[in-house]
Amino acid sequence: MREIRLSLLEADVNFKVVKTFTKDIREQATGEKILKGLNPAQQVVKVVHEALTDLLGGETSVFTVEKQKTHHIMLAGLQGSGKTTTAGKLANYIRKHDHKKPLLVALDVYRPAAVDQLVTIGKQLDIPVYEEGTKAKPVDIVTRAQSYANEHQFDLIIYDTAGRLHIDHSMMDELKAIKSTIDPQDIFLVLDAMTGQDAVSVADHFHQSLGITGSIITKLDGDTRGGAALSLRKVTDVPIKFMGLGEKLDAIEVFHPERMASRILGMGDVLTLIDKVQENVDEDDMMNMMEKMMSGKFNFNDYLKQLKMIKRMGSLGGLLKMIPGAGKMMKNANVDDQQLTNIETLIGSMTKEERKKPELIRKNASRRRRIANGSGRKVAEVNRLLDTLEQQKQAVKRMGSMDPSQLDPKNPLKGMQNMQQPTQKKKRGKGKGKGGFRF
Amino acid sequence: MGLIKKLFQSKKRKEKAQKYHIGMQKTRESVFNQLNDILANNETISDDLYDDIEELFIMADMGVDTVIKLVNHLRQTVELKAIKAPEDLKEIIVEEMFKRYVQEDIVDTNLQLSDDLSVLLFVGVNGVGKTTTIAKVAHLLMQEGKKVMMVAGDTFRAGAIEQLRTWSERVNCDFFEKAAGSDPSSVMFDAIQMAKEKNIDVLLCDTAGRLQNKQNLMQELEKIHRVIGREIPGAPHETLLVLDATTGQNGLSQAKTFNDVTHLTGVVLTKLDGTAKGGIALAIKETTGIPIKLIGLGETLDDLEYFDIEEYIYGLFSDVI
Repeated sequence: MREIRLSLLEADVNFKVVKTFTKDIREQATGEKILKGLNPAQQVVKVVHEALTDLLGGETSVFTVEKQKTHHIMLAGLQGSGKTTTAGKLANYIRKHDHKKPLLVALDVYRPAAVDQLVTIGKQLDIPVYEEGTKAKPVDIVTRAQSYANEHQFDLIIYDTAGRLHIDHSMMDELKAIKSTIDPQDIFLVLDAMTGQDAVSVADHFHQSLGITGSIITKLDGDTRGGAALSLRKVTDVPIKFMGLGEKLDAIEVFHPERMASRILGMGDVLTLIDKVQENVDEDDMMNMMEKMMSGKFNFNDYLKQLKMIKRMGSLGGLLKMIPGAGKMMKNANVDDQQLTNIETLIGSMTKEERKKPELIRKNASRRRRIANGSGRKVAEVNRLLDTLEQQKQAVKRMGSMDPSQLDPKNPLKGMQNMQQPTQKKKRGKGKGKGGFRF
Repeated sequence: MGLIKKLFQSKKRKEKAQKYHIGMQKTRESVFNQLNDILANNETISDDLYDDIEELFIMADMGVDTVIKLVNHLRQTVELKAIKAPEDLKEIIVEEMFKRYVQEDIVDTNLQLSDDLSVLLFVGVNGVGKTTTIAKVAHLLMQEGKKVMMVAGDTFRAGAIEQLRTWSERVNCDFFEKAAGSDPSSVMFDAIQMAKEKNIDVLLCDTAGRLQNKQNLMQELEKIHRVIGREIPGAPHETLLVLDATTGQNGLSQAKTFNDVTHLTGVVLTKLDGTAKGGIALAIKETTGIPIKLIGLGETLDDLEYFDIEEYIYGLFSDVI
């Protein structure tokens, strides 16, 4: 229990939230029936995970837009939380999913070049931006923006307000005035995922002043655990709607409480990984690969295929983070997509025969030199690649002793929870952790 | 006489501390006044009291590890000195915090500048206030009579160049930019040549915000750092991590990773005028040895101060003592 408490605190969950939470958990965990196959520690983690999910809102909150009328969304938050970027992302997202015609309105007349920033983002997305520079009052801009939107048939308007401190009364009053002029269906608080204990105070003040309808957590592509999300949800009791996952303008996703709970606990975002794998991997391909691996006949051709699958799924760094236990190792391991490309080049420089029978390369130094020269890499890298393949084979052999009934083709990672320990070991063994996916 | 009373003896120091006093009013109100309450409401030193103290420090984002160590040390000292009254804990707490921060070395918060052209590089994650901080530092250095030039090294984020240009016009200093999307290292290279021609004293280099786990962006930063060092031996003279005071535990990871890549010489703690305590900066000093050099206390150009640990602690405890 102490570990869970520390884990939550290290994830920046608010102290008070942690306190009541651990108390509740203690009661629940002792009352719970012991589930088959879980040891007491796992049992507690399971209870905690469920309770966290509940705290984060339970079900995923689906964002719905007004179909018939114009939908107004107002964004608010501290300085530097990512409102302007989020405004662009959100407009783009809703345009794509709900076929709305969006207009962005620049109300940050204070920060130098904030208007320019929104205009540039609008250009990149091909979404019009209504702005009046920095001389006009935000409230007046709103009125004129709305008549402009009416005239030109925009039916989604997103207002980017200036960042402000929650304790700055005059600025918060301005925000209230803007709100009553817009009369928006949605007011979203934009919060940086890296926020610490202060998240509670920030969320509370903004909610008290504006009555927010939802929130958006940004910069979740960092290595923060994002405990602020929990505090935020707990204090405001409004759903977290979206999360920002990068600087690119399509890097926004619907927020899933369950996955966030895993992340806060440091369990890895297994569900997102499963989703990604299912989206991108051909089931038959995968079963073939499985069989090959199990039989120990795994060669460079298969390895290459596996790499390509991983590539299709997106950045390796992002994927690795979703694997329980891998998150910590990421800091030391230099995993990046460039390495995947290097491996591809290396394999590309092998003859067909060599790819089928890796031992040919292992036995023959001149073959290794040729491959290195041909791919423009070093001989040491060829050696490392050979070792990686060998280690993977060994790992698969170990896995082969697992109960095959656990391998559900529809849900390739189902067995993973029980495999946490071996997964970690295998990764560590390979040092750099590259290409480390076994399906 | 206690350490604290000694600290606040000089009148000048007390006056200087007024700014902290105002800037950190919220911090004091929300957290450290509670220390007073806690100590006053407890008649004996008990485990509950320790828990409450622990809670207070964690609320200030001081970092779980740091806090646990601090409280453990507190227990030891109490035992050693046979302290009975909770009131007496105050001074031990302050003393302990002070010791932890200073750690036997001399903390020099002055910016290290060379007699020739000096380069200051500002790094950090997105949205911490790098650009605004540069404007404030420019203002500060110009008041000291330096000839300053800003370099728009954030060629990535929409509007970043315009933002810095606007600031350079407001503080009335030189400004160097290339087109958006240019390689930031080449911007630095050209800026240094220009600065040499124009006899600039200090070059303030902005960089794009980057999350520390983005390998490629960190490599880009390493290159920027390398290019600057190649052009001017010993440069950058300061590499400052700009850190938002609202940042929680992630601040530690930021400090470690940015330090690996660019050898940080200090931290600039921004947005301390909010309710956030910025306690993570203390944890950063303790674990990495990187000192806080400057703090941002507001949105105007004057709202930047050299960090002074004594005043910081005074700001935290002024109502307590």
